[in-house]
Amino acid sequence: MSEKTALARFTEAAYGRGLPLLRRVLDGAQRAADEVSQRLLGPDFETRFRVLADRYERLGGDPFGFDPEAVRRAALASSFFHRAYFRTDVYDVDRVPEGRVMLVANHSGQIPIDAAIIGCSLFFDANPPRITRAMVDKWTATLPFVSTFFSRMGQVVGLPENARRLLDMGELLLVFPEGMRGVSKPFEERYQLQEFGRGFMRLALETKTPIVPVGVIGAEEQYLSLGRISWAARAFGLPVFPFVPQMLLPGGQMPLPTKYRLFFGEPMFFEGDPDDAAAVADKVYLVREAVAHILRRGLAQRRSIFL
Amino acid sequence: MMPPVSVRGLDGAVVVTGACGRLGRRLARALHRQCRVIGLDRRPFPDRPRDVEHHELDLRSARARDVFASGVSAVVHLGVDHDLRANSADNHAINMTRMQKLFEYVEHFGIKKVVLLSSANVYGPRPDNPQFLTEDAPLLGAGPFSQIRDLVELDMGSQAYFWRLPEVATVILRPAHILGTVKNAPSNYLRLAVVPTLLGFDPMMQAVHQDDVVRAIMLALKPTARGIFNIAGPPPVPLSRVLELLERATVGVPHTMARLGVERLFKLRVTSFPAPELDFIRYVCMIDDARARRDLGYAPAHGLVSTLCAVDEERWLG
Repeated sequence: MSEKTALARFTEAAYGRGLPLLRRVLDGAQRAADEVSQRLLGPDFETRFRVLADRYERLGGDPFGFDPEAVRRAALASSFFHRAYFRTDVYDVDRVPEGRVMLVANHSGQIPIDAAIIGCSLFFDANPPRITRAMVDKWTATLPFVSTFFSRMGQVVGLPENARRLLDMGELLLVFPEGMRGVSKPFEERYQLQEFGRGFMRLALETKTPIVPVGVIGAEEQYLSLGRISWAARAFGLPVFPFVPQMLLPGGQMPLPTKYRLFFGEPMFFEGDPDDAAAVADKVYLVREAVAHILRRGLAQRRSIFL
Repeated sequence: MMPPVSVRGLDGAVVVTGACGRLGRRLARALHRQCRVIGLDRRPFPDRPRDVEHHELDLRSARARDVFASGVSAVVHLGVDHDLRANSADNHAINMTRMQKLFEYVEHFGIKKVVLLSSANVYGPRPDNPQFLTEDAPLLGAGPFSQIRDLVELDMGSQAYFWRLPEVATVILRPAHILGTVKNAPSNYLRLAVVPTLLGFDPMMQAVHQDDVVRAIMLALKPTARGIFNIAGPPPVPLSRVLELLERATVGVPHTMARLGVERLFKLRVTSFPAPELDFIRYVCMIDDARARRDLGYAPAHGLVSTLCAVDEERWLG
């Protein structure tokens, strides 16, 4: 009998006092979480998302496997890095013309966070929002999870056939002509543009696509690489293995919270014969100089790496 | 529904090799009201329509020659052996000799049309494949997957007849994964009770309904059609979406383990899937069928759901 009353008393207490308290705590947490996500995503996230989703619905789905719902799932984490962690300043993103266009940017930072941040700026800050189709290395297609994640986020294996198809669809292409050479630069070579590949220019000439030079400042300092270890790269089957001492520290696996600055240049229009190697090289030089100029100016303005 | 394809340009008979396969039987049924159909297969064809003439012969036998002698205007070559467990040297010899005999008869009897069913698998699934392969892409399928060698060689060997017999309008069709009651690897895979996938890999997939392949073959019988054509079905979707639409139970397996496991199981005759076929659920192997749409007037009649559900058509009939 006494057990029953004890149980009844407990139940009563739980329902009468404990539950409302728990609910208040949970509601509060929910409100706080909503507020944070609202602040990170911005008030117009839903409209931005709909613009994109509608576009691919009209196209009857993306043949490369881009899934707008995956963007929604990744949006909170991306915007945390974009707005809170790297506190990206975006300059002149409205210079990116509508329709098919190629962004040509410097590549740095050991892992391609710069591509993700450019993608964020075109989704969160550009009007109308656009999805960035970056050309990724073929090697990533052999990696589990990575390959699927890239594909769902709209990234595409970097082949001329794929790029041409995307441009025909009127997409925005992000190209890093420095490729692996750029992303794995040691710290001493920061902000020194490596040699540019020429494929992007041939493609731009063939498809008459405007090129927007983009300078990314801040990514170079996120991981301080002291050099490349070739035997480790061979042992792990990686294209390069940078030596990043901070990785050995607890928590050092995260990039340093440098401040990102993205500068979008004036669109460049080129015409000419895509098979004329010398002329193509000259035009590549012009684009490289444009990116270098943006970087020089951006670095001169910068007062602090972290602020 | 799309209107049925008409093959009125043909005045003579159509010889279908491998007519008793699942696809051959469907083709015979689709063709026999419009033109004379002659089946050629070692197997019997018991439920054939009454006006389909059938010869239980191998293409290599001397008597097969007589089949081609009387008023044949086209040959559809479906008779390619794919037995993965059979002696591969014998299989190879059989397939190559059949092709050689076929073109010998075609030349001798002045037949003006040959349609060969190859497959998009001859391109091979690879991490560095473009998302959509055109007909000019190299046929690299046999590199990691030697059992597909016969098909690659058959495809390439037939290409030689574009110039060896220029008066013959030869057509090579390379369809994406054919789904339906056919007993091929992709249909069998989707019919598994629990479908294994590779953990972390979810490539885009193309499939084509077996009846759309039949329609493509009929379109290829047009006298003017010649060359190589990729045949795709509805727009591509990720593998996970395919399995979701079919409501299959799935199990993700790490790819290294899957490879070792399937190799062992294949040796033990527990599975009919050889380990290299795992690459088809790991990498993209998709085709661009713009040429077939433009030159053959081909368009798939079946949407995604009806293409996928075709694998279950016989499940409840037994």
